Amino acid sequence: MDEGLRSELSKQGIFTTSIEDLYNWGRKNSVWPLQFGLACCAIEMIATSMARYDLARFGAEVFRPSPRQADLMIVAGTVTKKMAPQVVRLYNQMPEPKYVIAMGACAISGGPFKQGYNVLKGIDRYIPVDVHIPGCPPRPEALLHAFMTLQEKIGKQSLTNQDRPRHLDPAAASEFPVPHFGEHDLEPSSNPDLWRPPSLVRAD
Amino acid sequence: MSITADITLPPRNYEILPKGISNPEAAGDLLEVAMGPHHPSTHGVFRMDVVLDGERVVKLKPVFGYLHRNHEKIGENTSYLGSMPYTDRLDYFCSLTNNWAYALAVEKLAGLQVPERAEYIRIITAELTRLQNHVSLVGFLLQDMGALGTPLMYAFREREKILDLFESLTGARMMCNYMRFGGCRVDLPEGWLEQAARVVAEFPRFVDEFERLIGGNEILMARTQGVGILPKALAINTGVTGPMLRASGVNYDIRKVDKYGIYDRFSFRVPLGEHGDVYDRYMIRILEIRESLKILEPALRDIPKGPIIDPKAKLRGFRPKIGEAYGRIEAPKGELGFYLISDGSPNPYRYRVRPPSFINLTILEDMCLGQLVADVVIILGSVDIVLGEVDR
Amino acid sequence: METLEQIKVRTEAAIAGALLEIIPNDSPSGQRSLLVDPAHAAAVAAFFRDDPQLRLDYASNVTGVDWLDTVLKEKVKVKKLIEGVEKEVEEVVERKRAGYLEAVYHLYSMELKHGPVILRMRTANRSDNVRLPSLTPVWRGCEFQEREIFDLYGIIFDGHPDLRRILMWDGFLDHPMRKDYVEPDDYEYEPTPHDEVLEKMKEHYGQKAGQ
Repeated sequence: MDEGLRSELSKQGIFTTSIEDLYNWGRKNSVWPLQFGLACCAIEMIATSMARYDLARFGAEVFRPSPRQADLMIVAGTVTKKMAPQVVRLYNQMPEPKYVIAMGACAISGGPFKQGYNVLKGIDRYIPVDVHIPGCPPRPEALLHAFMTLQEKIGKQSLTNQDRPRHLDPAAASEFPVPHFGEHDLEPSSNPDLWRPPSLVRAD
Repeated sequence: MSITADITLPPRNYEILPKGISNPEAAGDLLEVAMGPHHPSTHGVFRMDVVLDGERVVKLKPVFGYLHRNHEKIGENTSYLGSMPYTDRLDYFCSLTNNWAYALAVEKLAGLQVPERAEYIRIITAELTRLQNHVSLVGFLLQDMGALGTPLMYAFREREKILDLFESLTGARMMCNYMRFGGCRVDLPEGWLEQAARVVAEFPRFVDEFERLIGGNEILMARTQGVGILPKALAINTGVTGPMLRASGVNYDIRKVDKYGIYDRFSFRVPLGEHGDVYDRYMIRILEIRESLKILEPALRDIPKGPIIDPKAKLRGFRPKIGEAYGRIEAPKGELGFYLISDGSPNPYRYRVRPPSFINLTILEDMCLGQLVADVVIILGSVDIVLGEVDR
Repeated sequence: METLEQIKVRTEAAIAGALLEIIPNDSPSGQRSLLVDPAHAAAVAAFFRDDPQLRLDYASNVTGVDWLDTVLKEKVKVKKLIEGVEKEVEEVVERKRAGYLEAVYHLYSMELKHGPVILRMRTANRSDNVRLPSLTPVWRGCEFQEREIFDLYGIIFDGHPDLRRILMWDGFLDHPMRKDYVEPDDYEYEPTPHDEVLEKMKEHYGQKAGQ
């Protein structure tokens, strides 16, 4: 529908849209995060939801304590190997559609604690991540930017095409296997469907 | 292969619900609940295995290690200066006091002197840290009690003003990385002292407003008075330090005992509690905020001009002599100490953090026995733990 | 507060068979420590806590340290015959020292407001003789810290009420803070590897793609 017709109709008081736009608009403006702070980045997340940098104006008013009621998991802080099975379990308990923001350097790749026997080098080894926020800790403005990026991503999702989101595709997996504690490390040490270590062979 | 696989360990008392006991009826009455590691209270990934008889707590075992980031092992592989940013992430609310404790330990090890202006800056930043830590803690305690955000909003409003000061001084809001061995990293920018004096001048009015908002609240008083009592002798024997110890009536404040820095130039009182319950711990923190303001006002007024770092301090190629040192300060949560063993190389041989929150948790079980399960959350909130410090 | 020599004399007089040794500390901090043998450590600790002049009722910090097998080099003056004349020459003598694990206790007094008195205990070796007495019955504050030393170093404390792992999970087999601990191979990509990181990376990827 071209723009001229649309503006004409809107002057008459008739607003036109598509189901896709409406659906995405509703979903992206009411993303409820799961209250899941692990370490220092959690304090910046709390500061983002406080009076100065208000996260509530983006629709993320209520931080749900229960994963069954949440849409978004902001993994804020270092994920250790002892905690990793619980993170994956919580992710599995969230109903679709669900999104993950990896906040801070530790959640992306292990961060400053990378040389650690108990540090999981990035949460994207076990669960799929939508938005990564670098920083240690990222400023509240960075978290707001990430939120807006996530909203744009949700807004661009189509409902029926090949690249439709996971929750509309019955064949896609929405629960991922939970690692368990081994004798020296977690087993498995990463989920091969989601993450592979990059190879050293250059393309050229 | 582990040693302990072949050797018999001493008997454990950890079987929470005893298996194979004589009276199975009694076992059916007890309920084991794992509170955590993910839970609505905002203290971090901390788990408590609680055994309940109805609603009363029969046994409580804390389980942590969910944030163990092997800070000490990294400390052994990094140089002395390279560990300074990692100390920020220990108690992530109070990064400047962590930095000071580490710098103090290294200065003891290497015998460095700190110039006067740097001492004043250290005290100013440490007391500002104490202000924002205590105020945030009261906010979190009330959120755990069910006040769902309003006191926390007030507390964070003031905290943001203090974080602005830190940002203009050190470049970062939370992970400041500001102290160096022998002084501070960078001098105060222009106008910082006036801005800090303004924040400190407005603070008493804010504390009054805060106390008027929550102090006389009957829910607060009913839920905290007489709850989680910690007797004096047990507190001393358990090595509890900080506001929790002083709420039980023990007069031990490291600022007065060790007189590190130039604290002996300032006159401030040490508030003590009588009963050792949660209400006393809350009131001690409010009173300590007022006492910190008494340190900040003269410090901001009298700060002299001068160098901010010891001219003899070497930042590169820093190799202290072989030996060891233990340096401690009164962090907002208790006694924060660093124990360093040097073997003459640029990296420490042993780098140990003495975390106040970890040791204050020893007594959590004793305080919670016989209390209702809803009180466990409040008692935990009054202990004031930060998981970055507990697990390191 | 009295000096370490006076404490040593009084403690050895009060507890039969206790042998304390003063460990020097050459750094500017000057914090010397007392080495106590494990058999009498509990009695010495109780004496420190209850003695009216010391009243060390606060165990502030309990640390574990791992000392590997090393070779100590000492300069010794030896009389040697050089070209027919007897002279005193400094020679470097090498002495093997077996490794051990150590527990260091920093003790303060809240009542008399003095301290620190540093107490050390050493195990016989690092492999099988790693038991030390627990001082938790004397100072309750050692409870979690001794558990942490057990978890990360492997020292077994006899008399500890609840000795199990505290920071790592229960099925974990190693003692990570030891100097000879090898980290598991969950290697992560580095954009510009160099030195030992490059070695580790080549080892990890191995001969997989023939690079």
